[in-house]
Amino acid sequence: MDVLKKVPVREQDPKVRATNFEEVCYGYNMEEAKEEASRCIQCKNPKCVTGCPVSIDIPGFIKEIVNNDIEASFQILSKYSSLPAVCGRVCPQESQCEQRCIRGIKGDPVSVGKLERFTADWAREHKITPQKPKELNGIKVAVIGAGPAGLTCAGDLAKMGYDVTIFEALHEPGGVLVYGIPEFRLPKEAVVKAEIENVKSLGVKIETNVVIGKSTTIDELMDEEGFEAVFIGSGAGLPKFMGIPGENANGVFSANEYLTRNNLMKAFDKSYDTPIIAGKKVAVVGGGNVAMDAARTALRLGATVYIVYRRSETELPARIEEVHHAKEEGVILKLLTNPKEILVNENGWVSGMRCVEMELGEPDLSGRRKPIEKEDSEFILELDTVIMSLGTSPNPLISSTTKGLDTNKYRCIIADEETGLTSREGVFAGGDAVTGAATVILAMGAGKAAAVGIDKYLKSK
Amino acid sequence: MAENYIYTVMKKESLANSIYLMDVKAPRVAKNCYPGQFVIVKMDEKGERIPLTICDYDREVGTVTIVFQAIGTSTKLMAQYEVGDAFRDFTGPLGCKSELIDMSMDELSKKKILFVAGGVGTAPVYPQVKWMKENGYNVDCIIGARNKELIILEDRMKEYAENVYITTDDGSYGFKGNVNECIKDLVHNQGKHYDLVIAIGPMIMMKFVCILTKELGIKTIVSMNPVMVDGTGMCGACRLSIGNEVKFACVDGPEFDGHLVNFDEAMKRSQMYKSEEGKKVLREKEGATHHHILCECHEK
Ligand SMILES: Cc1cc2nc3c(=O)[nH]c(=O)nc-3n(C[C@H](O)[C@H](O)[C@H](O)COP(=O)(O)OP(=O)(O)OC[C@H]3O[C@@H](n4cnc5c(N)ncnc54)[C@H](O)[C@@H]3O)c2cc1C
Ligand SMILES: Cc1cc2nc3c(=O)[nH]c(=O)nc-3n(C[C@H](O)[C@H](O)[C@H](O)COP(=O)(O)OP(=O)(O)OC[C@H]3O[C@@H](n4cnc5c(N)ncnc54)[C@H](O)[C@@H]3O)c2cc1C
Ligand code: SF4
Ligand code: SF4
Ligand code: FES
Repeated sequence: MDVLKKVPVREQDPKVRATNFEEVCYGYNMEEAKEEASRCIQCKNPKCVTGCPVSIDIPGFIKEIVNNDIEASFQILSKYSSLPAVCGRVCPQESQCEQRCIRGIKGDPVSVGKLERFTADWAREHKITPQKPKELNGIKVAVIGAGPAGLTCAGDLAKMGYDVTIFEALHEPGGVLVYGIPEFRLPKEAVVKAEIENVKSLGVKIETNVVIGKSTTIDELMDEEGFEAVFIGSGAGLPKFMGIPGENANGVFSANEYLTRNNLMKAFDKSYDTPIIAGKKVAVVGGGNVAMDAARTALRLGATVYIVYRRSETELPARIEEVHHAKEEGVILKLLTNPKEILVNENGWVSGMRCVEMELGEPDLSGRRKPIEKEDSEFILELDTVIMSLGTSPNPLISSTTKGLDTNKYRCIIADEETGLTSREGVFAGGDAVTGAATVILAMGAGKAAAVGIDKYLKSK
Repeated sequence: MAENYIYTVMKKESLANSIYLMDVKAPRVAKNCYPGQFVIVKMDEKGERIPLTICDYDREVGTVTIVFQAIGTSTKLMAQYEVGDAFRDFTGPLGCKSELIDMSMDELSKKKILFVAGGVGTAPVYPQVKWMKENGYNVDCIIGARNKELIILEDRMKEYAENVYITTDDGSYGFKGNVNECIKDLVHNQGKHYDLVIAIGPMIMMKFVCILTKELGIKTIVSMNPVMVDGTGMCGACRLSIGNEVKFACVDGPEFDGHLVNFDEAMKRSQMYKSEEGKKVLREKEGATHHHILCECHEK
């Protein structure tokens, strides 16, 4: 075996998987995991840990894989993360833990994410659950939103003995993990549900169908229902549109709508009632993870799919692995292209998109080269469906109904980075609701920090 | 229906052929809801999220009243529910309360209001009329439908409205003609004067009422019911053009100034899933053997 090379991971054939919703990556088996784990040299001063937003004891959990004690490996992971099977799958490892791995200097870094996934999957298959709190203190804490930030904060507080209830607006807990990220990257029943069950097994209650700001308010929770602290992890779910002509035509969707119909409402499964308009020729406008997910979903539903992005491939904000997978499956990248107008037929349906070619000019304030329109380069892309994936911002439902809760100009809740404390006493916040759309692991990190912050606050009260 | 479903049907009434009223146990919704708002219900694991306007509520008992027309797959299945059955999900209140609720007494006492209710749209009109009466204001109300069989909530409405005018397209009951002809009759022939019209019913009705009231110079509020998914502002499926702006009906509405609504676009958008109906019809056909609500294999 070449120790400079990582053990390759088995994947579904691109041609086959382009037509199904089963998971793309199969993950390691025991033998492969051990082989990969043995590549870790157990650094005394592990750089990988500094790259992980929740500072997982990476050499620690990897060592237990080598020792053949996967249960111990899992208990180490659970100390740091409530959702290891999720993070192992969707973390941008290449720019976090794995980027700092010492092995990466001369070869491939250790596949930390794939190993994390292996341990978590093994624990689930062997019905190992995280250790329960020893003593309960009976103090009630409310958590708003059952996404990664809320689940993590709730799980950590429960481990400290608090009586935690999560209030979730949708009919399923999970946040973006259930409505946004598709089945083929993150299986819902097998992985997400199981991790949520783990959080529940710690004693966390989850009340679905409660929209804070409408069904009840933070003030009511604190004044009438006896919650002594509140954590807001309501995410950044509000979709943006471009504001170009034709955007309200039939056949134009936000990525959130398209993905929600397919993931949360399971439109791809014929036994569910919610319909989806799959489209035959689909353009996804945008270049992030969300755009890749929407494109690969449309592809699986049988469409020819273009990604329309105004900069070049190097600037694509999506994870490299996702872009690579999308291309392999047959998604066509239309780079340096910007939409000007959506063309609409006499029945009100999309018939195409008038686009213009772009070229990259001088770097702008963000350091990225600014795209500028090429003269006389307009062309028409024939389409029947357009999916807008231009980013999202926090929903103002909570901030507008909670007195004294300060937000910034992007409507993000202002919270202390270390403790999660907001401008309101006893109210903490973290995740996308504070930072704007970011990543699962950053949201989890914020949830963890806030759990510590809440504990400190309640003990000093 | 699974045992752990908690939103139980406490009362069921058939108001007309294929129009049903249900009181559903949902204490959190009942506690904080107001006229003008709506809920989203989901029957079971595989069901759609169906938006329905709140027709009444009892804060003490903790129930919310919904009225729905069995027109498609989901609503037809809902019609099979009896007292004691329960919904898997019942979310709300969603959307904004009616403008009237927050209007100052001063303003309200100066206004003569006409409500125009079309078909099943009578349901969302009812709590507003009731609210007005309970707060001491007299209002008029037109209830319109295709024929006598489809007129609903007449008795209840008469308890709270000063005048109730019934109109049917075929003249089988009350005034003969559509609601617009009735409005014209009131204003032109019966010397009525109105400062505000609140029209709720089929999109096409609201469109034509708005054309008329614009001519008559009467401000008009309508309640829009576009296709929705989440109902919390997350998907944008419910977007509408209101004047020069794009608004999300679920969070900015569902009530809007009718003279600013682009009805033609909204009507086109509400047709969007018509072609998708084949799939649902299939499930409906299988329903008798396959998807009966009491069938256990259905709960998977
Ligand atoms: C399609 C897609 C793909 C992505 N891919 C990746 C990836 O590969 N890797 C990665 O790291 N990140 C990815 N992300 C980003 C990542 O999912 C988010 O950063 C992360 O989920 C944020 O977590 P959160 O807990 O802050 O919010 P969310 O996951 O958004 O959860 C918020 C929850 O709060 C609920 N809520 C909102 N308002 C209320 C209210 N008023 N009352 C009650 N509940 C409320 C929502 O319904 C939701 O369940 C992706 C995002 C999307 C949309
Ligand atoms: C805010 C809001 C409040 C509503 N309040 C009520 C109410 O109080 N009572 C009630 O009966 N209905 C109400 N509706 C409409 C109701 O949601 C639809 O009738 C229901 O979703 C149809 O579901 P289905 O599966 O039975 O029919 P489908 O099989 O989905 O459709 C059957 C037919 O109904 C049409 N349709 C589908 N959705 C809508 C819609 N949103 N509006 C109009 N036509 C539609 C379809 O084009 C099709 O012709 C409301 C809708 C919204 C958005
Ligand atoms: S949580 Fe993410 S960043 Fe941390 S070790 Fe796991 S994969 Fe790496
Ligand atoms: S830096 Fe790499 S080799 Fe060192 S402990 Fe971390 S994973 Fe192992
Ligand atoms: S229904 Fe999704 S944004 Fe209104």
